[in-house]
Amino acid sequence: MSELQLKSQRFRREREADWRRLEALVTKAEKRSASALSDTEILAIPVLYRSTLSALSVARETSLDRSLIDYLESLSARAYFFVYGARSTPLEQITSFFAHDWPAGVRSIWRETLAAFAITALGAIVAYVLVGMDSEWFFSFVDAGLVQGRDPGATEAALRETLYHTEGADGLSGFATMLFTHNAQISIVAFALGFAFGIPTIYVLLMNGAMLGAMVHVFVSKGLGFEFGGWLLIHGVTELFAIILAGAAGLRIGWAVAFPGRKTRLEAMSSAGKSAGAATMGVVVMLMLAGLLEGFGRQLITSDHIRYAIAAGSAVLWGLYFYAPRPAKIGSARGGS
Amino acid sequence: MTDLSLNPAARKRMRTLVTPEGVALNLELGTVGQRFGALALDMMIVIGTIVAVTIVLAIASSRVEGPTAELMQIVWLLGLFLLRNAYFLTFEMSARAATPGKRVMGLRVASRNGGRLTFEAIFARNALRELELFLPLTLLAVGPFMALDGGMGGWIWLLAVIWCGTFVLLPFFNADKLRAGDMVAGTWVLRAPKQKLMRDMADGGAVHRADFAFTTAQLDAYGVRELQVLEQVLRSNERVTVRAVADRIARKIGYDRGQASDLDFLSAYYHAIRERMEARLLMGKRRRDKFDRSA
Repeated sequence: MSELQLKSQRFRREREADWRRLEALVTKAEKRSASALSDTEILAIPVLYRSTLSALSVARETSLDRSLIDYLESLSARAYFFVYGARSTPLEQITSFFAHDWPAGVRSIWRETLAAFAITALGAIVAYVLVGMDSEWFFSFVDAGLVQGRDPGATEAALRETLYHTEGADGLSGFATMLFTHNAQISIVAFALGFAFGIPTIYVLLMNGAMLGAMVHVFVSKGLGFEFGGWLLIHGVTELFAIILAGAAGLRIGWAVAFPGRKTRLEAMSSAGKSAGAATMGVVVMLMLAGLLEGFGRQLITSDHIRYAIAAGSAVLWGLYFYAPRPAKIGSARGGS
Repeated sequence: MTDLSLNPAARKRMRTLVTPEGVALNLELGTVGQRFGALALDMMIVIGTIVAVTIVLAIASSRVEGPTAELMQIVWLLGLFLLRNAYFLTFEMSARAATPGKRVMGLRVASRNGGRLTFEAIFARNALRELELFLPLTLLAVGPFMALDGGMGGWIWLLAVIWCGTFVLLPFFNADKLRAGDMVAGTWVLRAPKQKLMRDMADGGAVHRADFAFTTAQLDAYGVRELQVLEQVLRSNERVTVRAVADRIARKIGYDRGQASDLDFLSAYYHAIRERMEARLLMGKRRRDKFDRSA
């Protein structure tokens, strides 16, 4: 019988054990995770992958066993994704995100950040002026749910009360969580809306600025401008900056969709998407901090000066973290980007 | 699966990825239908979990007060946020790069340039679901109210639906079936079928080969395509088909198989023509099918 064996049958018989071993290892890694593999197994995978890949090329040229070629094709692809896929541990990824990817993402959208800031400021100024002319405008800028008695008709005492009133420690953490999830969802939406040429993002930024401007006018007109500043900025520096960054990330996407420049539209979109995506993920982290500052810090700290000090401190910290010059990342040639 | 001679629709879904080793791997794109199926499964899981958690927490919080109730509210808020945003993210970051729905449908996410799938890319592709999935769903939910409002409400709603529709239907309008999230993240969704290594059908033929003698002319009657069809017939081993195919081949090549069993005859013939074609393949001659006279 052995002299009747085809060359392709002998070829398969000699290598089959290796293929089965690679298949078992890849299945194990897929079922559980890469950490389920021992060091020997991790080292074996690239070797087995290369021999399987070369077996595939040989089989394509010499074997007519369809099922064998299909098997090698699918096994090679699975092993390829394992060998060249993301093989860093979650801890390494988180470290790299905070040390490099996030600030780099924020720096890469600096133009859009300025634009988003300008749009927000424009919304704020227009709303401030309009509410000054006719206080009825207030209600078209501010969400009814957020008014809570802070409308133009309120007395100075009532307004002052909203700035310093504490609900006690009870209910604070629930409040902080609600603020965080609400704001984080809004900023992810602002980023996603950027895909529609950035126009909805501009609208979100304008409305956010307008609400701010309207609120500022109510308090300033009652002579509470300084106090309102402290109340707003203790968390607002972080929160407003985060929302502006999310808007900027959306604008970056929209710009790449509309004006891809020298790259193809798809290339422009995916490179914009990665840096802007990193910035938006960071925004979620910033909003978590802002939620804590708003939920706890503002309710527990009622001194204007400490509130301003915290605001200034956070502005300096974010500025340094994002924009301070830093040494280039060693080995920054990252695959895939 | 990788047989390019299959049908034109399947061929249109094939993409080639050249590995750093210089070998071209054939990959198949997931169809829009498969992806919709995966999404539907994932949404059922997410919504099912939300409903279950909400019911459990609602019942539990009605029995306790104070800090514990507040803790439950926090769990609920964060849980909702995480299910909406982190469900897709975490599963696609895993080694299989697929959510449970995608796993069931045999799909996986991969980077379009063959490089590694980064965290940012997966975040971006799932953040865009807000535009492609949650916004249209919200619109559908509020639709009846806006229409009943009378006046311009219905028309504005219609415009919004059309506007959203362009993003939702994007995968239908490009060759790579990319949705907006895939475009922004530089990813695509591939079929990741697990192919088992099956028995070599020539193994059976080797045993019976000695009982049959074929002439060169009889061996040259067919090409590679017919060989592979024969391979499938042998693998399926359905008696009626085997009989029909055996008769057909015997008639075509003018072979009298006497009392020999159909399966033995086909196995031996398969072994013999594969031997012949593989020998010619080594000389660089591949005969595509029986009509191919060039090789």
